[in-house]
Amino acid sequence: MEDWLYIGLFVFISIALPAVAIFLAGLLSPKKPNPIKNTSYECGIETVGPSWVQFKAQYYVYALVFLVFDVETIFLYPWAVAYNQLTLFGVLEAVLFILILLSGLLYAWKKGALEWM
Amino acid sequence: MTALQIIFLFVAAVTLASAVMVVSARRMMHAALWLVLSLAGVAVIFALLDAGFFTVVQVLVYIGAIAILIIFAIMLTRKAMEDVGPQLNRGWWLAALAAVGVFAGLAVVLVSWPGVNASAGAGPDANLIVTFGKDLVDPHKFVMPFEVASVMLLAALIGAIYVSVEHKGGQK
Repeated sequence: MEDWLYIGLFVFISIALPAVAIFLAGLLSPKKPNPIKNTSYECGIETVGPSWVQFKAQYYVYALVFLVFDVETIFLYPWAVAYNQLTLFGVLEAVLFILILLSGLLYAWKKGALEWM
Repeated sequence: MTALQIIFLFVAAVTLASAVMVVSARRMMHAALWLVLSLAGVAVIFALLDAGFFTVVQVLVYIGAIAILIIFAIMLTRKAMEDVGPQLNRGWWLAALAAVGVFAGLAVVLVSWPGVNASAGAGPDANLIVTFGKDLVDPHKFVMPFEVASVMLLAALIGAIYVSVEHKGGQK
């Protein structure tokens, strides 16, 4: 529980610090807007047309591939923590686990799903 | 009231409020972002229960992947911020009734469960993770589900790629 206290403290500070800074800046700064002041300064070029456009549906496959390997990480995490107490059989089991998913990665590679569109 | 209870009540209130916002936000994108806050609240509740592994799973899988998947789905299939519609349809009271029914059923089952008053947490977390890791590859315990999980993930991966790559040639 002690460890969570530190994480909670960090979360609180990381939210409160920018919130206080933005609030104080809004409270104290003089407000004399003009069109040039309101342009985005050093934030890239101006957008052409609306910025909320529909993206290509093919990007979804990157998210799905990411999800699969994310879940793989979750399965391997307890195994990795217990690594130095495992039998050889246990290590080989996890190697098999990785190899099965590696074949999926090879399939994705071969099908060109890893190439950026 | 202890500090822990105050934290729990606060987190539970934030979780429930953002869950209500998920179904009542007018824009799909905002609903998805409220969902992230709701899931984060659940992660904190896991942490309060001393279930460190589930906190990690909640943040890594649900916030890190599922919520991103949902946001992707919204951005890819709709004109994200233009998708504004009414939040209620004729069947809303049926849905509310079903939600209340599920909650009541769960509450009855959980209260009648003998372990309902047991204190949370079973001691230091690190040992639990080690035990879990050992059991996961133990032939007498969970090695079969462990390997089946990898085959299932493989099926999901190949299915996703098969479906999307087939369309690529036609649409490009």
